Amino acid sequence: MFNKEDIKKLAKLANLPIKESEYEKFASQLSEIISYVKQLERIDSNQVEPTFNVTGLKNINWGDKVEPSLTQKKSLQNAKMQRNGFFVTKGIFNE
Amino acid sequence: MKRYEPIIGLEIHVELKTLSKMFCGCSADYFGQKPNSLTCPVCLGLPGAVPFTNAQAIQDCIKIGLALNCQIAENSRFERKNYFYPDLPKGYQISQYRWPLCTNGYVDIEDSQNQKIRIRINRVHQEEDTGKLSHLDGITAIDFNRSGVPLVEIVSEPDFREVEQVRIYAKKIQQIFRYLEVSEADMEKGNMRLEANISLREAGESKLPEYRVELKNINSFKFMGDAIEYEIKRQQELLEKGEKITQHTRGWNENKKETFVQREKEEAHDYRYFPDPDLLPLKIEKLEEIRKSLPELPEQILKRLQSMYGLSYYQSQLIVSERFLVDFFEDAVSLGEENKISAVDVANFLINKNVDINKVSPEEVISQITFKKSGIISDTSALREVVKEIIKENPQAVADYKSGKIAVIGVLVGAVMRKTESKADAKIVKELISELLS
Repeated sequence: MFNKEDIKKLAKLANLPIKESEYEKFASQLSEIISYVKQLERIDSNQVEPTFNVTGLKNINWGDKVEPSLTQKKSLQNAKMQRNGFFVTKGIFNE
Repeated sequence: MKRYEPIIGLEIHVELKTLSKMFCGCSADYFGQKPNSLTCPVCLGLPGAVPFTNAQAIQDCIKIGLALNCQIAENSRFERKNYFYPDLPKGYQISQYRWPLCTNGYVDIEDSQNQKIRIRINRVHQEEDTGKLSHLDGITAIDFNRSGVPLVEIVSEPDFREVEQVRIYAKKIQQIFRYLEVSEADMEKGNMRLEANISLREAGESKLPEYRVELKNINSFKFMGDAIEYEIKRQQELLEKGEKITQHTRGWNENKKETFVQREKEEAHDYRYFPDPDLLPLKIEKLEEIRKSLPELPEQILKRLQSMYGLSYYQSQLIVSERFLVDFFEDAVSLGEENKISAVDVANFLINKNVDINKVSPEEVISQITFKKSGIISDTSALREVVKEIIKENPQAVADYKSGKIAVIGVLVGAVMRKTESKADAKIVKELISELLS
């Protein structure tokens, strides 16, 4: 069901470092998972609303009130790289 | 040679000026703040943080939708738009896809040839802004203060055929944001950002082209115009050579005055949108209340200025350009009524004199118009200066007046009249002299 190209694309979208040697393995595993879940298609669910939340609540909203934020120091404390109060990552060159 | 017709659509992003962010309590007023000082677990995308929807932002988004003649959804939801980019700490942006708040609207514009064009609005939806990236010597620095600031996206249908139409439309939408007081819509500060989709089709063809090139991150009306012009020319040359253009995203290089490839465009399904399970669905209530709370919009004022005051379309448009100017104009008109000054005179004065309305009052404008019409200076503040001078120049008369010889006031009035070539309003001059010498 899934081929190497699909895995390559999914890996790119999910930002996962999958080696080319693993494509085949994941293609067959993913196909298995999907065909397992596909069993659900045997049930007629035309009249069933999809469930996105289970609480049944609506409009639980925030009233536009400002609350204290983290300090700059706290906000950056787990950053792998930082400089002058900024988070830092390796250069993104497509801009 | 084949003739081509540009097909242009516009996406406008606008940051709302709510107090707090879209899904957390951090302040949304990030301009000029210390980097990463307005963040919390929610807008930093830390595990376990739970977002809440800002009700004010939802209301503002609906106001925009109503002002753009949209249908407002009864039920709406947020979805996750998944992609990886360092400005997005969660790995997804909370946005709307299948359940936008507002759909199917329109805006009517009028171009410089007075041709009326209806631009259809596909949707107006609520989302969150991303962090701000700065690229410097091989690294990218990220400030998440902007992350999670309420952002509304307005997507037009590809109804523009000329750059001028895009500019008029974008300015009109900006004006609406300001009248609604939902955003400063300042392009330079990045409150308002434009993205244009451009493709070309052969003249006479009615189908939309199979590709479109997206121009991203344009932060001025001028750059947008330049970028679209450039892109139309670039695509035309490619098509004339028989080349096929693929769907992709380009940026605008202002120094080189050219567009450049940014990235291949993802298809919508690559974003794997799905309903955000952390956010509860919205049921839109009190829609009528929101509708009633809308202020008078530029379009309505434009019509009113013409019908109520007999202004021309051109005059009305200039006055409508800023909400403050409309109020100023109407104040001046009602003051002018007593002095038999017509609304058209007031409009002409404001437009032709290019008055700085931040520096003068409607009263001053009226007295200036009165003077121009009758030659009589009745502007108290201008006359006060002349009277002060005369008082300085006539110490003897002043002393006499102060010692009880009231009649000497005639000498001073006469001096003012000479100085103003008899254009001063004698009654006001007399009042001013007694006031200043009392």
